[in-house]
Amino acid sequence: MAHCHDTGLKLAIPENVKKIVLAGNPNTGKSVFFNYLTGLYVDVSNYPGTTLEISHGKMDEDVIIDTPGVYGLSSFNDEEKIARDIIINADIVLNVVDAVHLERDLFLTQQIIDTGVPVVVALNMVDEAKRQGIEIDYQALSSLLGVPVIPTVAIKGQGLEKVKNTLHSATKGRITPGLKKSLTDLINRVGSQGEALLVLEGDEVVASRHGILPGKERDKVYMERRKRVNEITAEVLKEVRQGASFATTLGRLMIKPVTGIPILALALWLMYKAIGVFVAQDIVGITEETIMIGMYEPAIKGLISKYVTLDSILGQFLAGEFGILTMAPTYLLGLLMPLVVGFYFFLALFEDSGYLPRIATLTDRVLSSLGLNGRAVIPMILGFGCVTMATIVTRILGSDRERRIAIFLLGLTIPCSAQLGVIVGLLAGVGIKLTIMYIVVIFSMLVAAGTILNAILPGKSTDLLIDLPPLRIPRLANVLKKTGVKSYGFLKEAAPLFALGAIIITGLQVTGTLEVIQNLLAPITVGWLGLPKEAATAFVMGIVRRDFGAAGLTSLSLTSMQTVVALITITLFVPCIASIMVLFKERSKKEAAIIWSASLVVAFIAGGTVARLANIFSTGNEVNIFAVTIAFVLLSIGAIAVTKISRKKLFSTFRV
Amino acid sequence: MKLENLRRGQSFRIISIPDDIVRAQAIRFGLAEGEIAVCEEIIPAGPIVIKKNRQEIVLGRGLAKSIQVELI
Repeated sequence: MAHCHDTGLKLAIPENVKKIVLAGNPNTGKSVFFNYLTGLYVDVSNYPGTTLEISHGKMDEDVIIDTPGVYGLSSFNDEEKIARDIIINADIVLNVVDAVHLERDLFLTQQIIDTGVPVVVALNMVDEAKRQGIEIDYQALSSLLGVPVIPTVAIKGQGLEKVKNTLHSATKGRITPGLKKSLTDLINRVGSQGEALLVLEGDEVVASRHGILPGKERDKVYMERRKRVNEITAEVLKEVRQGASFATTLGRLMIKPVTGIPILALALWLMYKAIGVFVAQDIVGITEETIMIGMYEPAIKGLISKYVTLDSILGQFLAGEFGILTMAPTYLLGLLMPLVVGFYFFLALFEDSGYLPRIATLTDRVLSSLGLNGRAVIPMILGFGCVTMATIVTRILGSDRERRIAIFLLGLTIPCSAQLGVIVGLLAGVGIKLTIMYIVVIFSMLVAAGTILNAILPGKSTDLLIDLPPLRIPRLANVLKKTGVKSYGFLKEAAPLFALGAIIITGLQVTGTLEVIQNLLAPITVGWLGLPKEAATAFVMGIVRRDFGAAGLTSLSLTSMQTVVALITITLFVPCIASIMVLFKERSKKEAAIIWSASLVVAFIAGGTVARLANIFSTGNEVNIFAVTIAFVLLSIGAIAVTKISRKKLFSTFRV
Repeated sequence: MKLENLRRGQSFRIISIPDDIVRAQAIRFGLAEGEIAVCEEIIPAGPIVIKKNRQEIVLGRGLAKSIQVELI
């Protein structure tokens, strides 16, 4: 028959080698098994068409493949699609089950068994279950499922060897009652039990591979399976006691606004101290100044000058001010990389401890008024690290509409860490009142832009639907591994964009276009924003690197108000060239162009409005900062109101 | 009544979940139509946390408005 059993991963696996696939719900400790089974030699490949990295390694003669944590196999999101394809093509599945959440986890177990693949179940975290008063009769579980079940405490190494030795005794388990008959027909048409099951469950992707219509039995199969799992759980699980632990109480405090907001503020403050102060100043001081500018750049310039003169056009492209071998690596490796690593480290910490879903729960309300849901808090936090990275991460959002809103808000209102450093420095010189005004203005823009987009974009955003895992102390090794994999993924994806950005900017410079743009911007800068002509240079440089833009202001002699107007404009102004590149990569050309030009226009409107308001509310040389701030907020509210009213009118006209 | 109208601590039975994908996801979490759960927490104007055995699920307000439940 035709070869349609492609895992998607382009691995060269010889015929006689077994594909052993690790599968499980999120946060079940799969990675500990993976590390144990494969040892040190692990390859990470990018799954085609996604940002997801799939690890695979060798165990003796066999290949071990990891899969993303999922609750079930289908086509609901990228993680599931990948896990589905890898699992249904496996020779053996090692299913890691969280003993504390047996009822939830066994749904996936039963679904994998229903695909007809031989399975071994590792019943993990039995120690934690015991502490919580849960006892599981694993022998009974094994005979009910029809597959070997090994109790383990993976992080302590308990049971791992037994799991390894049992892998080759994996068996095809007992499938959900009543399923066999419906499957038999389909197996003849699609060739494998796994694909037959997914077609039956209405998986459109798998069905279209076979040129048939997806089945309509999902509800029925799911309900049967759920019933079966509940019966099994009832039979094997004994609850001795159930007491509220400290973790449970803390978990609850984290999602209630009264206590959750201070806890979140504390967590973000710690994150700021670690990344904003330690990484951004101390570490970047070494990586950017000492290593990249001090050692790397002179070395590479010296090397290039042996072959081409640095003043020549080629020399400019390679090693000039914005050179592909000078600015691009210095910016990416010296400045951004330490910050990206720092952000991913905290994200992994939040994720593994179970705090992240609680932040999503807490912020869901606010984010849903911007047309997003709690999940969007992840790219929003990451945006303060690097907007390019955050734009890529918006792929986790549930719908295209949410991605559109999130990407626009990221580009418009979130200053990345590179820029933030310079902004904080400049704000330090203008006093507390103007600093507050800056924050209020940017925040109003975030709220106004989000609310307006939510009102005018067609469709509906998805609702939050997540599970709250128990709070746990994260394992450092795991956190570091996640940080490493994600940072490397970012580097691989972003490096070409930064290189391309460097080429474009040098191109603009050597052709003199950069100057032309600066001159074109000058009238707006002087007439509308009330800034000196030279500030236009800072704006254009902001496209090259966002921190260049803000840094360009330090050399100008500006009044405090002018500084803030310039900072507001620069913050809202187009993101750096790499994030423009990623914008065009992630969205259609038309949409990217609209987002880009819209953020330009909005930046100048907002900056100019503040400048106008400052003129209106000034007596002599004194500007009433309070009045300017309030007036700006009122104007933002007005803009929201006008949009909502005109939208209603629009709708009622259509209805007539 | 709708899930949105529950008060903290109330036990309820899920009557219907209209959205296909949400329903499938809920069954995976162990919350099929007909199952019994407890309303654990209500974030003011925000999401609702429900609990069944040890499984806690967060549902956005919009979803909570669409899910039909009955008190038990």
